[in-house]
Amino acid sequence: MKITRRRKEKLIKNIFFLFAIVSLLILFLIVLFLFREGIPIFKEVTLWDFLFGNEWYPTYQPPSYGIWPLIVGSLIVTFFSSLIAVPIGVMSAVYISEIAPAALKEVLKSVIELLAGLPSVVLGFFGMVVLAPWLQETFDLPTGLNIVNASLILALMAVPTISSISEDALYAVPKEFKEASYALGATKYETIVRVIVPSAFSGIMTSVILGMARAIGETMVVLMVAGGAAAIPESLFDSVRPMPASIAAEMGEAPFRSGHYHALFATGIVLFFMTLIFNLVADYVSHKFREEGSGTL
Amino acid sequence: MEKDSIIETNRVHFYYGKFRALTDISMRFQKHRITALIGPSGCGKSTLLRLLNRMNDLIPEARVEGEVVFEDRDIYGPDVDPVEIRKKIGMVFQKPNPFPKSIFNNITFGPKLSGVAAKADLRNLVEESLRQAVLWDEVKDILDRSAMALSGGQQQRLCIARALAMKPDVLLMDEPTSALDPISTAKIEELVEELKKKYTIIIVTHNMQQAARISDMTGFFYLGRLVEYELTEKIFTNPSVKQTEDYITGRFG
Repeated sequence: MKITRRRKEKLIKNIFFLFAIVSLLILFLIVLFLFREGIPIFKEVTLWDFLFGNEWYPTYQPPSYGIWPLIVGSLIVTFFSSLIAVPIGVMSAVYISEIAPAALKEVLKSVIELLAGLPSVVLGFFGMVVLAPWLQETFDLPTGLNIVNASLILALMAVPTISSISEDALYAVPKEFKEASYALGATKYETIVRVIVPSAFSGIMTSVILGMARAIGETMVVLMVAGGAAAIPESLFDSVRPMPASIAAEMGEAPFRSGHYHALFATGIVLFFMTLIFNLVADYVSHKFREEGSGTL
Repeated sequence: MEKDSIIETNRVHFYYGKFRALTDISMRFQKHRITALIGPSGCGKSTLLRLLNRMNDLIPEARVEGEVVFEDRDIYGPDVDPVEIRKKIGMVFQKPNPFPKSIFNNITFGPKLSGVAAKADLRNLVEESLRQAVLWDEVKDILDRSAMALSGGQQQRLCIARALAMKPDVLLMDEPTSALDPISTAKIEELVEELKKKYTIIIVTHNMQQAARISDMTGFFYLGRLVEYELTEKIFTNPSVKQTEDYITGRFG
């Protein structure tokens, strides 16, 4: 049978459609599975008690499945790591894209890319072996595995994300805006602060939110350096147990389809929604604050 | 420096790296006149324009020899701050380039940096500049709207108003109408002729009719050299150099 050109076009179109649908399908199945394994926990505990219960004792008799300490742990390390990573990431992006001489620019860019490529277990190891003992001795603490340590290491992981996406956004600011600013007698710093950064604002915000999403979903680092205490922290030097750490640490121990097992999946659902919200916010912000391009006709 | 001139270039050479873009340019630009710079693409006319307010500083490996005298001193002298020069010598670009900010904030961008802070002063300045650029009636009710929402011709007039808000002595225009439709172009030309009463205007243009229509003096550039610099009328009716004649009659370029 002779394949006509039209039939060929159609065939190619369908093949691409198939590949596109595969990833969507896989994602859908994962979510379905997550919900199927997580939902049964709500036969044992109400949604309210699950989310806001203060006690996470999944192996006690009777067990209590309150993940509030885990949520707080996740949020607190995300917050403090962002507090560190956002200024460093954004400022380094500004420096690389606008100020650094060409040679240094290339070096800095590749160093930051290298930082992004570091396996999280290596960073976690660094936090455990170098940072933790130092924190413990310097501040005379019972343990160096705590919020400060986790926030610092997570910040180290979020900086490359924030920096490289911000830098792309800054780089994309049309040359015409800069020229207009200089021609009006603005200095380099006035141009950066008043023209370039505002024009790249949506991209910078996106980078910040994606950096935070990276921090909240990161597992290995928090498992290794956050200390693992499932309690609401009272100071920055307390240990916490963020959600991913809890899931990773306990899943191997939890009997198949036990309450504990379902509770961990339900924790996964919560985490899923949190990262989803981060991504939606990032998407919204990048559209909302998108500056229209340069003077087009 | 002669009495009626405002900027003079003396034996200026300009290099992009090793490439010599301008050779031995000596010109006097006269006060309250419109001077047009014409010539084929790559002849150096835009380069010269950007030399006059030190915009070429932004290009790495750019180098200037000779002097550009403005207000009795060489603007490439060691003690000259290019930022101060650019405040006095404004520029309008080929492509309209308003900031992605409101119309009001586009106009006040420069003055605010120069220390104009009082609300009333800024408002007056905005109205005055927009009136001078013949844009006020079209935008007076939408000053807080994004400049990006304006048409191309309006955007270009906004850019002119933005430059005028700095109260410059000289206005450099780099092919300001090449991206505009004929009606917008006519409006800008009209505006330029009006502006010469208060400002000195130096305009680069590819459009020879435009040079002939609006300018008092015309300089013809070719391959980085100033071939002929004369009264516009003389250049377009009786040029003294054969190359000039060939160019304006469309035999090359």
